[in-house]
Amino acid sequence: MVENRPWLTFFSHFILLAGVVIVLFPVWVAFVASTHDPRDMLSGVVPLWPGDRFIQNYYEIFVEGMAKAGAPPIGLLMMNSLIMALAIAIGKIAISIISAFAIVYFRFPLRVLFFWLIFITLMLPVEVRILPTFEVTAGLGLLNSYTGLTLPLIASATATFLFRQFYMTIPEELSEAARIDGAGPMKFFRDILLPLSRTNIAGLFVILFIYGWNQYLWPLLVTTDEGYYTIVISIQRMVSVPDSEPLWHVIMATVILAMIPPVLVVVFMQRLFIKGLVETEK
Amino acid sequence: MQTKRITFKAKGLPYLLVAPQLAVTLVFFIWPASQALYQSVLQQDAFGLRTEFVGLANFENLFADPLYLASFKVTMVFSFGTTFLSMGVALMLAVMADRVIKGATGYKTFLIWPYAVAPAVAGVLWWFMFNPTIGVAAYAIRQMGYDWNHTIDGNDALILIIIAAAWKQISYNFLFFLAGLQSIPRSLIEAAAIDGASPFKRFWTIVFPLLSPTSFFLLVVNMVYAFFDTFSVVHATTAGGPGQSTSILVYKVWRDAFESLDLGGSAAQSVILMLIVIALTVIQFRYIERKVEY
Amino acid sequence: MSYRTAIRSLFAATALASMSTASFAATEIEWWHAMGGELGQKVEEIAANFNKSQSDYVVKAVYKGDYTQTMTAAIAAFRAKQQPHIVQVFEVGTATMMAAKGAVYPVYQLMQDAGEPFDQSGFLQPVIGYYTDADGHMLSMPFNSSTPVLYYNQDLFEKAGIAEAPKTWPEMGEAAKKLQAAGVTCGFTTGWQSWIQLENFSAWHNVPFATKANGFGGLDTELVFNSPLHVKHIGQFGDWQKTKAFDYGGRRSDSAPKFYSGECAMYMNSSAGRAGVIANMKDVKVGVAQLPYWPDVAGAPQNSIIGGATLWVLQGHESEEYKGVAKFFTYLSSAEVQADWHQFTGYLPITTAAYELTKSQGYYDKNPGADVGIKQMTGKAPTENSKGLRLGNFTQIRDIINEELELVWSGEKTAEQALNTAVERGNKLLRDFEKANN
Repeated sequence: MVENRPWLTFFSHFILLAGVVIVLFPVWVAFVASTHDPRDMLSGVVPLWPGDRFIQNYYEIFVEGMAKAGAPPIGLLMMNSLIMALAIAIGKIAISIISAFAIVYFRFPLRVLFFWLIFITLMLPVEVRILPTFEVTAGLGLLNSYTGLTLPLIASATATFLFRQFYMTIPEELSEAARIDGAGPMKFFRDILLPLSRTNIAGLFVILFIYGWNQYLWPLLVTTDEGYYTIVISIQRMVSVPDSEPLWHVIMATVILAMIPPVLVVVFMQRLFIKGLVETEK
Repeated sequence: MQTKRITFKAKGLPYLLVAPQLAVTLVFFIWPASQALYQSVLQQDAFGLRTEFVGLANFENLFADPLYLASFKVTMVFSFGTTFLSMGVALMLAVMADRVIKGATGYKTFLIWPYAVAPAVAGVLWWFMFNPTIGVAAYAIRQMGYDWNHTIDGNDALILIIIAAAWKQISYNFLFFLAGLQSIPRSLIEAAAIDGASPFKRFWTIVFPLLSPTSFFLLVVNMVYAFFDTFSVVHATTAGGPGQSTSILVYKVWRDAFESLDLGGSAAQSVILMLIVIALTVIQFRYIERKVEY
Repeated sequence: MSYRTAIRSLFAATALASMSTASFAATEIEWWHAMGGELGQKVEEIAANFNKSQSDYVVKAVYKGDYTQTMTAAIAAFRAKQQPHIVQVFEVGTATMMAAKGAVYPVYQLMQDAGEPFDQSGFLQPVIGYYTDADGHMLSMPFNSSTPVLYYNQDLFEKAGIAEAPKTWPEMGEAAKKLQAAGVTCGFTTGWQSWIQLENFSAWHNVPFATKANGFGGLDTELVFNSPLHVKHIGQFGDWQKTKAFDYGGRRSDSAPKFYSGECAMYMNSSAGRAGVIANMKDVKVGVAQLPYWPDVAGAPQNSIIGGATLWVLQGHESEEYKGVAKFFTYLSSAEVQADWHQFTGYLPITTAAYELTKSQGYYDKNPGADVGIKQMTGKAPTENSKGLRLGNFTQIRDIINEELELVWSGEKTAEQALNTAVERGNKLLRDFEKANN
């Protein structure tokens, strides 16, 4: 940092630690629940310290638990979630990075209309349009396919909006210089805009990957074939048991497992993040 | 709406660039969404076997219902509470994380975790923690002398869903605030430090204004989130109760469409919801973005 | 994972997927259900056993989320002409399904068209009564049905010196007082308040919940659960809430932990919850009893009504496929399958034969309390007040009841005000439904 103020650094650490404790608490509860006997969770106060059934419970999901819920093997579920999350993240970033480029760096008829057409997708809750969207998807013959799982979810404006906001902060001099040098728009995009956007791409990738990974309602609607089920569907499936108590320990163990890939993405992308930042500093 | 002062000139290229997104948006959003909106002037049974055009009757019904009007107030309290709580906490944590060098990566890694929890699961976790009988959080609050019971007390219930909804969003905001903070040139802050400005003053005079594009983006995203994406939190914890004290607009939209299969009434509600958010966004674009410095 | 391995596992995954769906010459029948957890596994098992029992048809059980999600998914699929053959719908969706005349294929007609032998009199009347039309024909196939009962913690009863479960509401009040004096925090709690404390309460006391035979007689039915008896009952609950003799714990089964943890000594909920109660209270003796009643009401106790879900058949498939559906229903309602389902899940058996079979297998001797629900339902022949409910927009009406009752528990409204408002708001929804379906 700029100067050395020990008390301020101490204060920062304190706030951060408190933040981590508060923010992580529910995740901790999930982990603790995954190491207990299911009965411990519903009689008395929920325990705060891991129990002694860690190995037993996790063994149960890998070997019998998932089958018990009638779900396909956990490897296939994770694979489907991974495919879906990657396709959504990459697809969204790809289409929105270029459309935001067009909207910020060009003046052309219908530009404002296009922007609002895209932007308006932020403004209608998914649940309202999910039934007609299902009809369209079914009409295109995309039920039970990876395309049907991912393509309809790519239509959203958050990423476009973010890139637009980001491009607006890039100094005018850069595009001016590019123009004076006689560089075409695509060369400018490739050589200047893309490298500058690296941090944003990394951040967005994290968010979109998790968004895709956590989808529930949509995959549930468009799949009837177990070969396309995702891990989140299987979690919900274990939770929704009418007239009896869910097996919380198995559910929470699956929750923890389902959380690992997105967390790995976060950790891995963080390095890219930082690298991107360091390079822009130069 | 703004573009760059200096723009490129090319005839077909910009259309080519927006085409993919536009195509996906038209097929999978605009078309189905307009069908959903058209529902708002229809009365139709769930299976779509009988359809009747009823004009604005669905809207009239809504505004004749005092309870619908009451849920506006709840929604306002909820949305502002959620947005400010999550953005405030996230900003504070981001500023701190930007300051420290040791352990910064560790903090970041942990702070992003909640985002990895599926909303469908997050609701269950909050139910677990705040359950008046077995929840640890409820237990802790009772130890402090407050009789927590969100199944009967409407304020407790509202606080519960605000905390739960804000919690989910902290990571997201944190990530963006941190990226925003780290893109501020060090030289600017160093210059101010040499001038003798205190860390606090530096934050308000330099850092905060430079963060405004990020803050603006997050404000829009968080409002949209609070208005639209929070039904699963409500669904899993309070189901809109007790009474109607946590029945926010989007929960009602969801419930009427999905549980009650009243597609017309639900569509009318989403038209209203959409108008509110469009109005909010336009106001933000007009008045806030103009002031935002780039 | 390297790119190549990823691709390879992707191929493996798709190959696996296509293998599992490959049907040979057999006709495939899709059955969408809402049973998660172990119940879901049991559903798959039933389908698998049927598939093994013959070679012409393959029933494919597909989990589609909870009850509301399953129903919405089926409706969305119907609108997109991708509907399954069979869908499981919860009891509050009955009126919606019945009104969708062009969309559902009534079960009695299906059996007739398919030439499948089908004897409706072999079914338990209180179970199917909920799902028959005005002429008494079965419209859907009952699958998982249950009825509310009273669970009580015998250890706490002993501590408080209470010998047996209270039979009437005044006795409930007394028991709660004794229990609280012995140090128990709350006397009793309830799940699904509308279903148990108003809908079943009305049937149990042989008073109408709505006019026109609770809606069986026509769409122009009106709610009447604001009678003096209802007001007295809810008012009493409101008073009990103040002393925690009764303690409210949430709209669905959220109150279960109150009973499991011993905070409340008694708990009213679905008879199918018995397995869960026992599993969560391994070290505690738990008794099961019939619901309490008001002794000053003539004819009480009458019989209780069911909740749960039935299987509806959707239109739009080939008649050959419907033959398979009919065959599957015959298999599903056979005494062996039903008795097994009943004993495994705690749901009620749907046929007399299955009930008798379970009895002769000695199941009720080994599991005391498992037959309380059936006895309570079949104790008397149902009257028009206790056959069931057939009300449109019933999901919303239940929500209204929940909201208004909560205002009584928090002391913001009197029982009379709350019930009057609930009736008024509910009647509006009934009129909407009448308009939409005429």
